[in-house]
Amino acid sequence: MGGVLRFVTHSIRYALRGGLYYRAWLAVLTALAIWGGLAYVDQLQNGLIETNMRDQVSWAFYIGNFTFLVGVAAAAIIVVIPAYVYDWGPIKEVVVLGEILAISALVMCMLFVTVDVGRPDRLWRLMPVLGSLNWPQSLLTWDIIVLNIYFALNIFIVGYLLFCAFRGKHYNKKLVVPLVLLSIPAAISIHTVTAFIYNGLPGRPFWNASILAPRFIVSALCSGPAILIILFQLLRRHTTIVIKDEAIWKIAELMAYCMFLNLFLLGAETFREVYSGTEHMVHFTYLFRGIEGHTALVPYAWTSVICSVTAFVLFLVPATRRHPVTLNLGCLLIYVGVYIEKGLGLVIPGFTPDTLGEIYEYTPTLTEIRIGVAIFSIGFLVYTALTKVAVGIMTGELRSEKAPPFEAEASQAAAVEEPAAESAAEPETGGDAASGPAGSGATPAPA
Amino acid sequence: MQTESPPESGLSAHAGVYPLYVMLPIFALIGLMALSSELTADRKMFKLEEGSQAVVPHSPAEFEDILGGFDPFPPADAKGNYPTPPPPLSEDIFPCTQCHEDPEDDDPERRELEMEHTNIKLNHGDKSRWCLDCHSFENRDMLHLSGGELIPFTESQRLCGQCHGTIYRDWRLGIHGKRTGYWDGKKRYLLCVVCHWPHEPHFKPLKPLPPPVRPQFLRPQDRPAVDETQPAEEH
Amino acid sequence: MAATDAAHDEAFELGRRQFMQAAAGTLAAFMTGCDGGIEGFFQKTFRELSPEELKGVVARMEKDYAARWGKETKISTTPPREGVMFGYGLDLSRCLGCRRCVYACAKENNQSRDPQIHWIRVLAQKKAAGVSLEGANPYYDPDLVPQDDVFYMPVACQHCRHPQCTKVCPVGATWQEPDGIVVIDYDKCIGCRCCMAACPYGARRFNWGEPNLPKEEYNPNQHYLGNRPRPRGVVEKCTFCIQRVREGRYPACVEICPVGARKFGNLLDPESEIRQIMERKRVFVLKAELHTEPRFYYFYAT
Repeated sequence: MGGVLRFVTHSIRYALRGGLYYRAWLAVLTALAIWGGLAYVDQLQNGLIETNMRDQVSWAFYIGNFTFLVGVAAAAIIVVIPAYVYDWGPIKEVVVLGEILAISALVMCMLFVTVDVGRPDRLWRLMPVLGSLNWPQSLLTWDIIVLNIYFALNIFIVGYLLFCAFRGKHYNKKLVVPLVLLSIPAAISIHTVTAFIYNGLPGRPFWNASILAPRFIVSALCSGPAILIILFQLLRRHTTIVIKDEAIWKIAELMAYCMFLNLFLLGAETFREVYSGTEHMVHFTYLFRGIEGHTALVPYAWTSVICSVTAFVLFLVPATRRHPVTLNLGCLLIYVGVYIEKGLGLVIPGFTPDTLGEIYEYTPTLTEIRIGVAIFSIGFLVYTALTKVAVGIMTGELRSEKAPPFEAEASQAAAVEEPAAESAAEPETGGDAASGPAGSGATPAPA
Repeated sequence: MQTESPPESGLSAHAGVYPLYVMLPIFALIGLMALSSELTADRKMFKLEEGSQAVVPHSPAEFEDILGGFDPFPPADAKGNYPTPPPPLSEDIFPCTQCHEDPEDDDPERRELEMEHTNIKLNHGDKSRWCLDCHSFENRDMLHLSGGELIPFTESQRLCGQCHGTIYRDWRLGIHGKRTGYWDGKKRYLLCVVCHWPHEPHFKPLKPLPPPVRPQFLRPQDRPAVDETQPAEEH
Repeated sequence: MAATDAAHDEAFELGRRQFMQAAAGTLAAFMTGCDGGIEGFFQKTFRELSPEELKGVVARMEKDYAARWGKETKISTTPPREGVMFGYGLDLSRCLGCRRCVYACAKENNQSRDPQIHWIRVLAQKKAAGVSLEGANPYYDPDLVPQDDVFYMPVACQHCRHPQCTKVCPVGATWQEPDGIVVIDYDKCIGCRCCMAACPYGARRFNWGEPNLPKEEYNPNQHYLGNRPRPRGVVEKCTFCIQRVREGRYPACVEICPVGARKFGNLLDPESEIRQIMERKRVFVLKAELHTEPRFYYFYAT
């Protein structure tokens, strides 16, 4: 236990240290979190009437963000699957970083749900034994269960791997690998169950389509890893972490396939709505054309489609996939595209017009935006801190005093294979063993 | 460090992250501009579709005269019955034999009345109908059925039921007309004439109570100053 | 480096402390403002209470409400009766669209005045379009109703036999009673609004802000699952005036309707109005394809 405590205290201290830009980044995030936190205090005092949600549009900004972030959390498996199912070396080093993204996204998800409920003081009723969880009938309860399972899995895997590396010990493969493999169906399950929450409501025809669960998964897989790609390039630039090009390109390639599926499923949905031309098409029309002068979402919907298509093209063509400018542009575009599609473009058209045909046009208030910004800031803070700690441990900077001296081979915390065997088998990449000067005595990260 | 990679295809061969430092702020700026334009966009009073502006939340207390006392169902009488209220005759008009003592003095010919009862313009179906089709000539305190049977005003529904048979049946079953009381016990009926003035039975249109507040005006600070005397748009 | 470290840490600490104070203060105020204070916070809710416990809870509530609204309050917990299954009929050939039912309901059921909550919504639809919710307008406000080219259709909770709303509640705060009324336990609801997303008829209302009910307009005859004053942040809806119908009375909307367009009764009693309506008139329900099987039947008497 003393070891764990030392790990935690050292990690916290390490996460708070850094250069000027890093601390400025932390300060800005904290300031935004406080600014938004005050808005939440406002919302607690006056009630949810401070938002623009009303009876006609009873879920909006908060739940839209929640849905998107569950997708981001699920997208961590796009690094896990090639690493562990297909046993692909170049990505194995960075699985921990993907899971840290999942943890941060899940923290944000839970916060968004907390700020959305009308009685946060009664949230304890959602606990299985102490409260009165209406399982298995209610899909929200399934969502709570699988989200917590996935959260616990990720926290354990990341914590355990980093703790072992902190102590300079090898982790127990037999413990970690099954859990990592388990996180693949867990990740699929969180997003599928979230999709089922919407899917199972026959009163909302915009969501009551079987295609919703597949759409959720592919849009998550095509957008979530964008953050990882950007992060990996930043890490390569500013730390001594070794991430091969192939790893990044492989992630981008997998994202390209998922982008195609995303666009295909959107096309399938469009065909069904437009060709059948039933009354239910009105939600789709509201999104892409507007109804009777209500056109608030139309520019966003088309922006989302254009971004997604452009990103798909950029990722499809190998030359643009590999070029740094177009790769990063594609990442930003797909992130924007899917954020609009799953945030605004799913929840709000589902409620507009409402079940009795009324059109209430929703736009978020400043309070909602502030609270959303605060939650994103908290998520980014968690992500930054955990990544800093993980990178520090992986490069040997953050290490227990009691641990044996840091060696480059032992720095690849998430690598499953024996480092010696790997470097022997792949002499041409030879990145790990030969990175002696870079690995040990590593200069402190400038950022 | 990285091994040799073909110069043009490796990410790190170029300063791969610098474009990101340019793109991220640009995207952030675009996002902020979209956000601020959304927040400042005046969507609160978008053009009215059908119906009223529906800004002011009216309370039931404003309509006490219409909604009646707390309980529109009066208490039972001494015997535990809920008697039907009497027919709403005009003040001092009954009994009719105050004036119509002797049928001999009256003229049974169909005509438009000029001396008395000029306030009654009969508008009840067939244009050739006139007063004595329902009111008994021999005894003005009674009505008469088509077979000649005389009935008091308190049983006028039997007369209505002669022509309006289906409605009469529905009324007896409780399907037609207002009923108050107990769904599992005693109920109070109203006579046809309480709601339908027999000389012009078509139910008069009413002024509706105000519409509900539109959702964008739920919060007091979101409500514009509005002039409720302005006529609302019709659909 | 160390100096800026310390200064940075201190600034961070200060901002965080202020935030925590503000949050803690708000949370404390929030909780004591809740029904029943701290002891109410963890209380067991309606279906979990034994009869004696329920009496205690009801007594505490009656005292609380009497203190807040100044009228002696009676909260009944009358259970459903055997052999009773409620049904409701609405005569579309008679409804004038006068909205007296809307306001009588608000008066009877202690609905918030501002922010305004109405459980019943009267939809004006064009006669040429028929019953099609697409063009429905709840904000009509002509000088006189009914207008010639329009008919009126009030919509409230349909008390479905297969309710979509009770399935999705994560804490089981809403369920269907044996006599058919779908009820909400306002002490259990966490305000997640999944039931509102699920309801195909837009029947449920949420207390977005602090409900406002003036003392003069308070109705002290209440049922635990019906018209007792709701707190902020919970969902509410039509309960068929459970405080009235379980004592045998008609709901308020039935009694106030000036043209008798609303009919209510026991579906298991062949002599009831609603059964007679089903036999002699042609009833239909809204959104029948969703298989919710509402108890709220629309019909045309003539």
